[in-house]
Amino acid sequence: VTLTVWLFQGCFVFKPTAKKKRISGAEDFFVDGSEDVENGKLRFRLCQSTWDEMKEEIEQVQEDLNKKMLDGLLEFVKKSAASFWCRDDDWMSRMRASEIPTAALVLGVNMPDHTITFESMTELLHDSLTPFVASVQAKECTAMKQLMQKVLQRLMGTNVMVDEDEAEADLGFHTRDCPQKRVNCSLSALCDWYQSATKKSPVKSPRKRLSSSQSEFLQSPPVVVIFRDLEAFSPQVLQDFILVCSQYVHQLPLVFIFGIATSPSTIQRMLPHSVSSLLCIELFQSLSCTQHLATIIDKLFLTSKFHFKFSAKVLQVLVGIFLYHDFSVCNFIKGLQLSLLEHFHSQPLSVLCCHKQEALVHAQQLNDRDGCVMKSQTSLLHHPQGVCQKLLKSLHKYHKNFYPALRCLHVLTSILPKYPLGKQIRELYVLCLEKKVWETQEYDSAMQLIRMLAKDELVTCLQKCVEILTFCKSKKLKKVGQQLQDITATCEKLDSNLVDGEEGDRENDSSGKGLQKTDLFHLQKTLLEMKECRRTRRKTPYEILRNCGITAPLGLYDGISTPRLEPPSRQPSNSQNTLKNDSGIISSAAPDICIIYKLHLECGRLINLYDWLEAYATVATAAEGKDPSAIEGGKVDELKHARFIRAVSELEFLGFVKSTKQKTDHVARLTWGGC
Amino acid sequence: MPDQLEHLPRLTHLLPCREAQIKTLLLLLGEPEHYSYPSIFIYGHRASGKSHVTLTLLKELKMPHVVVNCVECVSLGLLFEHVLLSLFGSSHTSLPRGPSLSDFVRLYRQLCSEDPAKQTRYIVLDHAELLRDMSANLLPGFLRLQELVEDNVTVIFLSEIVWDKFRPNTGCFEPLLLHFPDYSKVELQQILAQDSCPSYSPELYSSYISILLGVFYSVCRDLRELRHLAALNFPKFCEPLEKGEAKESDAHKLWRNIEPHLKKAMQTVYLREVSSVQWEEQQQKEEKEVGELRGLSAYTHVELPYYSKFLLIAAYLASYNPARTDRRFFLKNHGRIKKTNFLKKHEKTSNHLLGPKPFPLDRLLAIFYSVVDSRVAPTASIFSQISSLVTLQLLTQVGHDDQLDSPKYKCAVSLGFVRAIASDDLHQHALRWTADHRTLHLRHHPVGSHPTSCCLWVRCGPRAAVWEPVCVQRRGIPRQPPALDQPQLCVDCAPAWHWLR
Repeated sequence: VTLTVWLFQGCFVFKPTAKKKRISGAEDFFVDGSEDVENGKLRFRLCQSTWDEMKEEIEQVQEDLNKKMLDGLLEFVKKSAASFWCRDDDWMSRMRASEIPTAALVLGVNMPDHTITFESMTELLHDSLTPFVASVQAKECTAMKQLMQKVLQRLMGTNVMVDEDEAEADLGFHTRDCPQKRVNCSLSALCDWYQSATKKSPVKSPRKRLSSSQSEFLQSPPVVVIFRDLEAFSPQVLQDFILVCSQYVHQLPLVFIFGIATSPSTIQRMLPHSVSSLLCIELFQSLSCTQHLATIIDKLFLTSKFHFKFSAKVLQVLVGIFLYHDFSVCNFIKGLQLSLLEHFHSQPLSVLCCHKQEALVHAQQLNDRDGCVMKSQTSLLHHPQGVCQKLLKSLHKYHKNFYPALRCLHVLTSILPKYPLGKQIRELYVLCLEKKVWETQEYDSAMQLIRMLAKDELVTCLQKCVEILTFCKSKKLKKVGQQLQDITATCEKLDSNLVDGEEGDRENDSSGKGLQKTDLFHLQKTLLEMKECRRTRRKTPYEILRNCGITAPLGLYDGISTPRLEPPSRQPSNSQNTLKNDSGIISSAAPDICIIYKLHLECGRLINLYDWLEAYATVATAAEGKDPSAIEGGKVDELKHARFIRAVSELEFLGFVKSTKQKTDHVARLTWGGC
Repeated sequence: MPDQLEHLPRLTHLLPCREAQIKTLLLLLGEPEHYSYPSIFIYGHRASGKSHVTLTLLKELKMPHVVVNCVECVSLGLLFEHVLLSLFGSSHTSLPRGPSLSDFVRLYRQLCSEDPAKQTRYIVLDHAELLRDMSANLLPGFLRLQELVEDNVTVIFLSEIVWDKFRPNTGCFEPLLLHFPDYSKVELQQILAQDSCPSYSPELYSSYISILLGVFYSVCRDLRELRHLAALNFPKFCEPLEKGEAKESDAHKLWRNIEPHLKKAMQTVYLREVSSVQWEEQQQKEEKEVGELRGLSAYTHVELPYYSKFLLIAAYLASYNPARTDRRFFLKNHGRIKKTNFLKKHEKTSNHLLGPKPFPLDRLLAIFYSVVDSRVAPTASIFSQISSLVTLQLLTQVGHDDQLDSPKYKCAVSLGFVRAIASDDLHQHALRWTADHRTLHLRHHPVGSHPTSCCLWVRCGPRAAVWEPVCVQRRGIPRQPPALDQPQLCVDCAPAWHWLR
């Protein structure tokens, strides 16, 4: 047995390559390896267009979600800038301590997502309010010096000298190019610069690209400093900076924006009262990231607009990562992008994953060609020509019906106690993807609970359903919507009838007992009617779903829209199952290394190689179907010997065993337990 | 009366309540053309008028001076440049890159020989305590600058810290010390009453100030803050006057109107829980009663991913439980441990009073795995969550050696915070295993505790499948888990058992 060197664990950081698709020859990469070049190119184009559409939608959604907070922030900056210029007048503002207006932005713990928010915020401020925006991160500013330098640099757009060693390097470059631009790293320099920048003309700004919107700025726009990650800043640096800034608050209209990941009380923890009393803090809270994700899922998946769909497993994995690990919407979107690429790259039939007309054309083309691709898909093997188109059409129709029906079902079930079908619509969606929802137990219990709903609750739910259904185009759903509307109407009428009946009851009460009997009968009848009515009501969503569900060619649907994320297993598929049984029995069908591993679990600290080999040979022979006792004279056949050696070295490579100098024909175990 | 003191009456008018200090300073500064004492050290609390008095003095007497705020000087070069520029008005080009004190002295002498001092020059260094961190020879150098540059120059240090904390080990030239004591209540009243609102009589404002001081004097003696607060709340004070409900002479009525308001201000706007702008807005809206404004610290809730929550809870347990007890809390067969000897003497003091202790990564993960319900693979995302908790400052990393193999952490959040996290879901049970049973259990009402009785849900051992209610007040935590069908309950709690079921 050759023993390899002990391997140390290493950690490597790979920067993601920017925009795989934009790289020249990305198309070639996509086509590479598949025999059908035309198909590959087509898939690449589809992939690109689908992703572009999705990205646009995502951006739109994110913009909408942030709008409220950003508008509030903008208003705040505007107001504080305005108040800066109209103070000095009355007694009140003269008496008040001059505080620096500060917006505390609570953004949630998903730090990577903040980048987008800050970017759009900076852009917004740039476009509408002020050209003077500097955004700093904690890792760039470990000391006061760097913080000052970064802020000044970003505001003034020039290199700022800190006359210490680190400036030495770019000194040569600097004196050659623009010697007069050397600025001291102090706020007084910033004040001077600000005076001159605003005095010259409000139109002129250090950044040229903003020429168009310049004229709308205030006479002297505020200077905004954004601290992206407040928690990571060293408190001392922050305190010093705020102290210095407060000295210049009369000359510079400063506004701070703190990006806070945890809670606003961080400010009080980081800054002592003497410093926090220099700030005038206003709080802004962004939408919680779970809501953000819900909106994204709602807009991307629960609509028939996009034809790329996740399977239940992938969606669960991605949502699981989000909820359990990082809370990062960015990562979720990256996962979406990855599975999109993977899907279009690896599935030849993904040409069908596009708009209806296009898909039909593609299907025709596929049929026209020799159809070898089609035949590779077993589900389509036995279908005659033209069936594919038909199935495609019904799939699209199914999607059109499915999502409104899903929403209706969610509306009905989300108010139930204990949420048998999930609180969030995505849970229900996953459930529907996994199996036929109307066959599940949860569905039955939900239906039972619906039967027990109070009438007004049910009516509001149904009205919501009607709202959902009236917006969709499909005739069938419209019809159902109409039906529902009728039902709600009758229900309400029933209500008034009932009230009338009761009133009538009371009136008749005085008149005589004979009449009362018939009235009771009447009442009973109405109640029965109502009950009947309810039964039909509760049936409808079931019917909607059933109608939609049954007509859908589920097999095709799965085949088209399931992106494959699992890596292909190298071993034969049944080996995974054999590995799973945790009982002590060693399955002989398992790969060599597994057998070796299981055998080594039975040994002590030192393993005799020969015993090990024999045990292995016994198991391996059994796998071949021979009688293990048939090994003649303890001789192991050479092939098995070689396999054994390979498996042991693999185990050693993985760090389970290592050679030992105590006994030459032994190896030492590095694992515990199992004996 | 010496010549220097001829300005005294004028200055005392400008700077009330600081007569003694002004007098001393004037005598110290002496005649403009005379050499003054090389260095003067002025100390006193925040807003006790140190810089204000010094600067007004220098300005009024028209002495050549330069004021440097040391906070602002991120590098020595900036400091030197600022001094030279203001004293001599010369260009700074000749100062070398990364200058040292000797460069400064050399340049000063050079410039000084061109423009010798006719009057004493003054260099005022505000926030002088920061000089200590800059360069070792800076403070001693400035202390005897007069000697070094052979010029008529005096350095005045202003600081909130006493001189004893400055004195370097190697010894130095001792400056003259001058203390500015805090303003007394009467003095504060006198100063604050000076800036009365033009639209009301000074008497009214003076009475307002005395009410204000009555509320705030016990917590705040900072003149600047008091002024700010006075300005913020004055409109409210005048409200009855504006409405015509009261006259200026109705002192009692005005007092009754403003007093609760000021008390509220003390809890909110003074602590910066509520910004002053919001405070003003709220005052204007007050008639309509537009809900209570929530302070900053009201928003303590933090949303965390599922496993991060557990990691934080595990970190809290690791930080506040002695490592010895882990076996008992998190192992199934921990053996019997006698309760009397279980906790050592020093451990009996509440761990919450001693603060968090550092723990290695392995221990954190071990506790995490036994606290979390499902099986979790130790993936990179778990580890990256630990580091993101560190960036969020919910955990802190301690120690510098061996960062790769066994980093050590401390939990940086309070019990309340962890409790809030745990109560988000059903993670509360994870908190159950702390050594301070008594304090912990009785102080908080976990999920499922009866609101009135002392009976609590206690889970005996982490892997027990069922929660058993146990009366903590009467019996303490039982050593042995009670049998399921016979809960050990005191008589008082027996009804609670039914409630719990």
